[in-house]
Amino acid sequence: MTATGMYTPKPGAAPLGRMIATQAVLETKMLLRNGEQLLLTVVIPTLVLVLFSSVDIIDTGEGKAVDFLAPGVLALAVMSTAFTGQAIATGFERRYGVLKRLASSPLPRWGLMTAKTASVLVTEILQVILLTVIAFALGWSPHGNPFAVLLLLLLGTAAFSGLGLLMAGTLKAEATLAAANLVFLLLLVGGGVIVPLDRFSQSTQDVLSLLPITALSDGLRDVLQHGAAMPWGDLGVLAVWAVAGLALAGRFFRWE
Amino acid sequence: MEISYPSDRGAGREPRLGPMRSEPVVQVHALVKRYGTKTAVDGLDLVTRAGVTAVLGPNGAGKTTTVETCEGYRKPDSGTVRVLGLDPVRQARELHPRIGVMLQSGGVYSGARADEMLRHMARLHAHPLDVDALIERLGLESCGRTTYRRLSGGQQQRLALAMAVVGRPELVFLDEPTAGLDPQARRATWDLVRDLRADGVSVVLTTHYMDEAEQLADDVAIIDGGKVIAQGTPEELCRGGAENTLRFTGRPGLDVGSLLKALPADCSAAELTPGSYRVIGKVNPQLLATVTSWCAQHGVMPEKISVERHTLEDVFLELTGKELRA
Repeated sequence: MTATGMYTPKPGAAPLGRMIATQAVLETKMLLRNGEQLLLTVVIPTLVLVLFSSVDIIDTGEGKAVDFLAPGVLALAVMSTAFTGQAIATGFERRYGVLKRLASSPLPRWGLMTAKTASVLVTEILQVILLTVIAFALGWSPHGNPFAVLLLLLLGTAAFSGLGLLMAGTLKAEATLAAANLVFLLLLVGGGVIVPLDRFSQSTQDVLSLLPITALSDGLRDVLQHGAAMPWGDLGVLAVWAVAGLALAGRFFRWE
Repeated sequence: MEISYPSDRGAGREPRLGPMRSEPVVQVHALVKRYGTKTAVDGLDLVTRAGVTAVLGPNGAGKTTTVETCEGYRKPDSGTVRVLGLDPVRQARELHPRIGVMLQSGGVYSGARADEMLRHMARLHAHPLDVDALIERLGLESCGRTTYRRLSGGQQQRLALAMAVVGRPELVFLDEPTAGLDPQARRATWDLVRDLRADGVSVVLTTHYMDEAEQLADDVAIIDGGKVIAQGTPEELCRGGAENTLRFTGRPGLDVGSLLKALPADCSAAELTPGSYRVIGKVNPQLLATVTSWCAQHGVMPEKISVERHTLEDVFLELTGKELRA
């Protein structure tokens, strides 16, 4: 117990940019290391794309199946990362006191949320690259305005992040796990990802078309399959979900 | 002859620190915190200074709530809290880089490896400790590649402790740092707290272990029912209640009046039963020497000398009527 000088106080926060970057790297590593997360974000979208493109299970309308499926699977990838994956991971971080511990670190809370968003975007970029390569291998021939695609993906990410964080910040971790998986499954089937929306009755379609997954898959399909310029209606739906979800998450999110 | 000391409390502790002790580190005034209808902290006052302060109390006394208010996790319902002169909620950005926090449990990604998490915490600070040296110091070398959820309870605790100190803070809050640890791991944690103190880091720790407070603390605050009911050095607190006692046996009918004259003024002496004597007062090596030399002068062989010191456990029991580890 003699003074060694090893612990002599020299406090200070790291530069903000470095804190956010290191946090984003750690969050991404945690996500890519987690088997269940990879199942959701990589395996399921890839299987859906490959399986339904090459085996004629679902009538996807005129043209090649992959031209219908690729935009839907991109929407699915965004949902799996920004909503399902983020909700489950954040729910358990809250449960295990990770959010609490980081809240008394030099990293401000908004910095943590920025890092989480960056980690989601990095994961999505990897997903989009992987799924695009596979889709091209399956004979995909996309059209349209890349800027519109980017805008749809970003607004979709914002909408799903808001909903995922709202769930993670208010429900128990186990409830989040169950609910996020259930919602993922329901929206996979009912959100125009693999089943064309016109298979449902008109009144069901009216409701389904207001869902963020439907707006995202429909918007991406309008642009990539049909060459539409800017799908304003779908962008509007996503914007409303994004504003509402993020505002509610900001208001009700509990850190412990 | 047999001389017995019930504990080596305070042995080897360095003298209290100099002038810097006068600077308050934590100032809590009239703090009230309620959860629904339950009042967890009920008008609590606490001032801590440099060195190690132990906040001692049974489960549910309000220790964790008080500490978490100081860390900026909870907003007081009323009262004021200042840590290093800062408001922990409104000036969190300024305060957080200067403090280190060890939560009672958790705080680590379940899929993160021990060294990965520690390096991450280090990177959030401007001048962190050498992570490898810290890992070695805490005996965590073998855990480097193991994910948090696979570490033993003791390893998890030591990692949380390492995370609290890696940013070279001025003040460290440790919430029950040795709860559930085996004796060896407890000793390692105690050594680290002593090293922190020696290097000028202030420590506020909560505990419900008496010996931990006695071994480590310059100051002890005893909390019960959401209030501080006593505060002082372990020695002051132990003197505050019943006096310490020295007993010896010898020939019956010794001249107690003559013994009393040899003793300091605040002592008392009596022959309880024939041949069995008791001295009450501040028992220290000088007093023991006085008694034995008086015996030598009077040709008395003290057959059995024992010193009974009042422990914090006794003080706590007297003050609260409760067992600490209930």
